[in-house]
Formats: sequence, structure tokens, C-alpha cells
Amino acid sequence: MGLMDLFSRSKSESNSAQPKLTEAPTHWIKCKSCQALMYYKEVEAQEHVCPKCGYHMRIGVDQRLAIITDQGSFVEFDASLAPTDPLTFVDKKSYKKRIEEGIAKTARHSSVVSGEALIDGVPTQVVIFDFAFMGGSLGSVEGEKIVRAINRAIAKRQGLVIVSASGGARMQESTFSLFQMSKTSAALAKLGEAKLPYISVLTDPTMGGVSASFAMLGDIIIAEPGALIGFAGERVIKQTIGSDLPEGFQRAEFLLEKGSIDMVVTRGQMRKTLGDLLRMMTAH
Amino acid sequence: MATYLDFEQKIRQIQEDIVSAEIRRDIPAVEILKKELDKEVKKTYSNLTPYQQLQLARHQDRPYAMDYINALLENKYELHGDRHYQDDHAIVCYMGYIRGEKVVVIGEQKGRGTKNKLKRNFGMPHPEGYRKALRVAKLAEKFNLPLLMLIDTPGAYPGLGAEERNQSEAIAFNLLELSKLNTPTISVVIGEGGSGGALAIGVADRLAMMRYSVFSVISPEGCAAILWNDPTKVEIATKALKITSEDLSSLGLIDAIIDEPLIGAHRDKEGAAKAIGDYFITSLKALRGMSDRERLDARYAKLVGHGAFTE
Ligand SMILES: [Zn+2]
Repeated sequence: MGLMDLFSRSKSESNSAQPKLTEAPTHWIKCKSCQALMYYKEVEAQEHVCPKCGYHMRIGVDQRLAIITDQGSFVEFDASLAPTDPLTFVDKKSYKKRIEEGIAKTARHSSVVSGEALIDGVPTQVVIFDFAFMGGSLGSVEGEKIVRAINRAIAKRQGLVIVSASGGARMQESTFSLFQMSKTSAALAKLGEAKLPYISVLTDPTMGGVSASFAMLGDIIIAEPGALIGFAGERVIKQTIGSDLPEGFQRAEFLLEKGSIDMVVTRGQMRKTLGDLLRMMTAH
Repeated sequence: MATYLDFEQKIRQIQEDIVSAEIRRDIPAVEILKKELDKEVKKTYSNLTPYQQLQLARHQDRPYAMDYINALLENKYELHGDRHYQDDHAIVCYMGYIRGEKVVVIGEQKGRGTKNKLKRNFGMPHPEGYRKALRVAKLAEKFNLPLLMLIDTPGAYPGLGAEERNQSEAIAFNLLELSKLNTPTISVVIGEGGSGGALAIGVADRLAMMRYSVFSVISPEGCAAILWNDPTKVEIATKALKITSEDLSSLGLIDAIIDEPLIGAHRDKEGAAKAIGDYFITSLKALRGMSDRERLDARYAKLVGHGAFTE
């Protein structure tokens, strides 16, 4: 192993081990839904669910891992996969700059963290989206990480859990991003042929190209309460139909009512639910 | 009445001059003008900007799926409906013959004229359209018929009913199922390839684009509004997104560019239809030369091979 290997390894290990450069919690947190003011320790103890109204706040990867995987069981894979800028894309900022900002914010190169973990005792391939990295957008790295997680699931005869939180495709990768939809869906077909379970967990928000590919292809689809889930965004729909959207439209409960998802599960029940379902669908 | 874009005005002038010369029976003038027209067409069309190509891809005189179906398909029958909700007129499905080959054709259809535009919902399918497409694709698989898909949509429809009936799932399920559909499949972008709504019938053994078509993750207008916060930046967004057939071919994201007539499919529909027919027959021959396993493996390798990253 060369010096560079050592360097990159220690870097990636530090990535997965300790708390991130995510914004330090201010001492008081205001609930976006009911406006209640709470001490941050109280919110953390409740898995970032508002104790007053049950609103599920957006959380980062480490908090998500702590909630759905057994303590200390997560091993990250493919942390060194990093985006290139295949189109040298520049809008108001360059894509390169946006990537740098994402890294500064999350200490990762990608909006996806993937690896193997125990979920309520069941060894499982896990993919988690981080909305803080470029809005959880789907680019080439994210697509590749998902495909590799699927390949590991097939090789190890394990189930797959993907927790989505994404605005959709990454425009800065244009058609490369679009084709991650077919790439991940094709790989899921292989997982299906291997008769291994895939549970898709939809969190706030799951939209666009993510919703219209792997997120909606779960054998079982679970959403967090209140999560915004849909293909088209509010702005575009409003523009098209020329009126406001009905109350609760594209929320998890709406999708449940319309028959689009299997269940709405609170954060507190998520690990047990995943574990129970995975056990029923695998040899564990 | 034919419609001419700004950069086609000179061509229009010469074409009109030819018509008047023909009326005067001024044969020498016609000869000279025709040469001039050739020169002008070459000059204009070999230096198109991405934004001009976008305008051509959306040109209202450009052949739509039904134009190709009418030109290419013999003894054809239309198949309707998703068997669950309703028949979506933004997607048409046919069985028939192309040059003696049995074929199933699925096409996204824009309408011409207000009445037809509304009927076709401007070429923007609802979930039931994608579900109809998949139903008919499965029919092709069952009877071992090759499948030709013609892509031409601004995007899947963003509306209340579409969301209620799960537009996302309809698209996603097509991506998954088409990745493993066991029959030769060929998709051609004939005009506008609008994002997931286009990709939903774009997963195939061969994905080709007509020379002046575009394929994009988001409309340049939407991109300008979101990334530039300025809808007037459409031309810049069009260029940045790399949506032309030439761009996507050089990025290795499509299998072929189909050379439509230099003056554009909108001025030579027969030539454009012939080009698609030729591509279909040639590709089908190549795909039939592979075993089922080889063909499906090659399709899968292509699909999962897309992406640009370092490790
Ligand atoms: Zn609250």
C-alpha cells in the first residue's frame, strides 16, 4: 500500500467514523410544522421528530444510520467514488464549485452513502441519501454506488434498503444523470431475478428522477410521515394547471390513500419494521 | 402553410423564387436558383447552434410519430388502452409490417392544430400512457416481435391526475421492465426527448437520435429558470446541457445518429421516414444475429455502464 492509499484510506475512515461538519445545532430548534420552540437535546432524543406535532425533520446520513442500523454495525463501501465534471458545466456557479461546497458541507463526495449494516440483526446492503449534498441529487456517483450495492446484495444473498431524500436528477450532469434512472432500474431487475428483497424508504423529499426510478421500485415501499413524494414539483404543476394544489397533495399519507405506497412508518418504528420485513423475505 | 424559423428565412425566399420561376417557365433561372438553394441549405444546416437544433426538434412541421407510422407501417392495426384506466392519446401503439418485417411500434404523439394538440395533450403522456406502452411491449415480447419506439415529448405530464395515478411508478416500472424485455428493441428520438418521460420508452438495445433531435434531463427553459434563476438564459442552458445528437453521440450516451435529410425532416418527410426505416432494418438484422442471452447481456452492460466518475 502506497502513501497515497494510506492517505485516502485514513481520510475515508475518518469520514465514516465521526460526526460530520454538519452545522452544529443551535440550542433552540423551531419546528417547521407547528412552530414550537424546543431545546435541541430534546429534539435529538426524539430522533428529530417534533414532540409536539410529530413532524419528521430532515436529517443527515449519520443520524439516519443511527436510527435504522444496529449500533456500530455499518461498514461503508465505495467512499472513494467521486464525481467528475463530464460537461464542464457552469451555470451561476461551476459544477466543480458546487461539488466543493457539497464536500465542505458533508465531508463526502456524493449525496449517497452506501455500505453493509445490521438492521435489527439482519445483514443488509444499505444506501442512504444526504439531502445536504446538492439536494440529494442523482448523479453518476450516486447511480454507481447503488448498482454496486445491488451487486453486493446479490453476491452475499442479502436484502437492500435505500433511503431516498432527493430533489431528483442532477442537472449539472445532464443526460449522464438521466441515464442513472435506467441504470439503477436495470440493476434492480437483476436483484428481483435473484429473488432478494428491496425495501425503498421515502423521506422528505423524494422527487423527480429519483422518484421515477429506484425509489418507486421497492418490493415494499415505506414512507416517513409527511414526506413530500412525487414526480413533478409544485412549481411546475401549478404552472401547468394554473391553480394551487390541494392540501396534503404529494404527501406520504396522500400516496398511501392513492395506493402508491405500502405503509407510512414513524422514525421510532423504522428499524423494527425493516428488520421484520427483511426477515420475512430472506433466509434469516 | 409551412412554418419557417428565423434562420430559415433565406431558404424560404429562394424556395419562393423557385416557385415563381417555375410558373414563368424560366428553366435556366430554376436551375440557378436550385443550386443556390443547395448552397444555402448546406451553409445554414452545417452550422446550427444547439438552440437552433432545439427549435428544429420542436418544429411544428417536423414529422411526428404518426407521420412515420403512416409512412412506414403496412397492414397496421392500432392497439388502445392500458386495460385499467383509459386510453392515453399522447402515446400510440401499432402492430404492422415495415418492409415485410412484423413489428410493434410505440410512439409519443404530439398533435397538429389546436384540437389535435389537446387530444394528444401536447405529447405529454399520463401514467396510463406508459402503462399502455408496457402492455404492448410485453405483447411484442410474448410473440417475439421486434419493438420500435419513437420518442417525441416535452416530458411526462405534470398534473394532479398524473401524480395521483403515480407517474413516477409508471416511468420507473417501464425502465425496469424494458431493461429485460426479451425481444429486439430499438428506440429513436425523432424530435424532443424530454427527460424521464422520454426515457420511459428509451431503454432499448439500440438508442438512436435523428440528426436534429434533442435529448435532455430537463427542458432548457426549466433549467434556465432553476439554475440561472433567469428564464431568458435558455440559449446558454441549451448549450450547457449538451442535448444535441452530436453531443450525446460524442459522450457515448447514444448508439447512433440517424442522418435525416440535410434540409431537415420537416422539409423532407419521405427522406426522414426512409432513414428511420433503413436504421430499423439494419439494426434488427444485427440484433437478430445475437442470441437472446447475448442481446440481453449487451443491453444490460450498456445500461449499467453509463456514468462519469473517478475512484
Ligand atoms: Zn411540530
